Amino acid sequence: MRVWLAPLVLIASLCLLAAWLPTMTPFFSWVEPGSDNLIYKRDSFLTLLQSHIWLVLVSAAIGTLVAVSAGIFVTRPFGREFLPLVSQIASIGQTVPPVAVLALAVPLMGFGEKPTLFALVLYGLLPILRNTLAGLNGINPAVLESAKGMGMSSVQVLLKVELPLAGRVILAGIRTSVTINIATAAIGSTIGARTLGDPVIAGLVNGNTAYVLQGAILIGLLALATDSLFEAVERTWARAFSA
Amino acid sequence: MIELKSVTRRFGDAVAVDDIDLTVETGEVCVLVGSSGCGKSTTLRMINRLLPRTSGEILVDGEDINKADPEALRLNMGYAIQSTGLFPHWTVARNIGVVPDLLKWPAGKRDERVDELLILLGLDPETDAIKYPHQLSGGQAQRVGVARALAGDPNILLMDEPFGALDAITRENLQQEMLRIQRQLNKTTVFVTHDIDEALKLATRIAVMDKGKIIQHDTPEEILRRPASAFVENLIGKGDRGLKLLALRSVGELMERYPQPRKREPNADGLKEADSLRFALSVMVWKNASRLPVNSEAGEEVGTVTREQLLQGGA
Repeated sequence: MRVWLAPLVLIASLCLLAAWLPTMTPFFSWVEPGSDNLIYKRDSFLTLLQSHIWLVLVSAAIGTLVAVSAGIFVTRPFGREFLPLVSQIASIGQTVPPVAVLALAVPLMGFGEKPTLFALVLYGLLPILRNTLAGLNGINPAVLESAKGMGMSSVQVLLKVELPLAGRVILAGIRTSVTINIATAAIGSTIGARTLGDPVIAGLVNGNTAYVLQGAILIGLLALATDSLFEAVERTWARAFSA
Repeated sequence: MIELKSVTRRFGDAVAVDDIDLTVETGEVCVLVGSSGCGKSTTLRMINRLLPRTSGEILVDGEDINKADPEALRLNMGYAIQSTGLFPHWTVARNIGVVPDLLKWPAGKRDERVDELLILLGLDPETDAIKYPHQLSGGQAQRVGVARALAGDPNILLMDEPFGALDAITRENLQQEMLRIQRQLNKTTVFVTHDIDEALKLATRIAVMDKGKIIQHDTPEEILRRPASAFVENLIGKGDRGLKLLALRSVGELMERYPQPRKREPNADGLKEADSLRFALSVMVWKNASRLPVNSEAGEEVGTVTREQLLQGGA
């Protein structure tokens, strides 16, 4: 249970800070002296945090589903031909900067959350796919051979042997992807998605360091909390499927 | 019974197994022996359809294996390999229980079976069952591998160099266990090895393979006495052929049996009925004895064996 302590503390402090930031005017007046607009007020931080998490969560769910299925597909005998194609598509998703994806998506999908989600999914695919492939290909061939030789069907080999053994590596890929996307999601604010990037963008536009700081602190803390949450999940996974 | 009829397997242009015929009788241990690349593992893997054959027929109890569902076929064929292939994320007990689970045995019956096999293979149901494969020594892992192969009570056992990676002492022990288990269970077994001594020790019949063909298929004794070609002669080693023949028979077969078992003299050395003639000769040479008493399992002296008997009738 001790592994869950750090993420719980971080999540609690994230929520508390989001709630209490508006009351911390003395601190921000020290950062931005002589200004009346010390606290970002267009939306509450909790609302922004919520919608930020929602964006990352949905994009991670879609990304994981797509990348893991693609990874499984191209490691099956019938899908092996598609391996180069799939890794290329995922690499392209990674090389195009998210800002460019946003810019390209806006004419097609309009402003708001949809193009942001699109960019996040695309951007998060590669780490998950790469780790899915590494995890599945890293399994000792003798283990797979004996699983098959014991009389497991291909589905049973996948569910009972391959995924549990590759799970930790896949999880690490999801962790990388989600952590990157927590930062990337903030850019969604430039095309009208409501995220913790809002105060940052507003602060940059108006030259208000206090706003920038408020957004940045929360984004950073969210990234830390998520990362330690994954750490705990990975450890629990490792204990359940000790290898 | 397993029958291979003109079975061929090609990999591209290379012929791995070249038109072989082989019959393995029920309850017999057939050992495929040959150097690496001779097609022995390929042959084995065609029997449980891990590899498809290029041409020919493979029948198990008269049924073409291609007609059966491959998973159902494999569930009835225990399979043990050199690198064990134990599932690293499962405990020893769960590894052994994998085939019973696949066969959907009730949990109670499965657990009983797992305990039974742990004991049969000389492992401790209390302490070893809850270990993970990485906590086992090579010999223990291989025991678990064999236990796992036996778990579903299959009619057929396929073993691909299961003891190949073990040190000499552990290998010797496991071979002894194999012989004991085989006497108890009588599984139709196909056993692949490159070690001719292992083959001579375990086999009912040996099939010597070279370049995808079966050169000779015969009992260990016949292989030693009448090797079919220079290749087989080379494989068995001309030099110690006599000793190898001695190793095939037990003291009990040759000894002069007393009409009544006698009480053993305390501290007297002696042979056991199950000891090989080779061992008996070695003891005699070492002790410079011309006659040694033979003791039964119960510890009574049941006969004697002399050096002359060994030299004249042994090989």
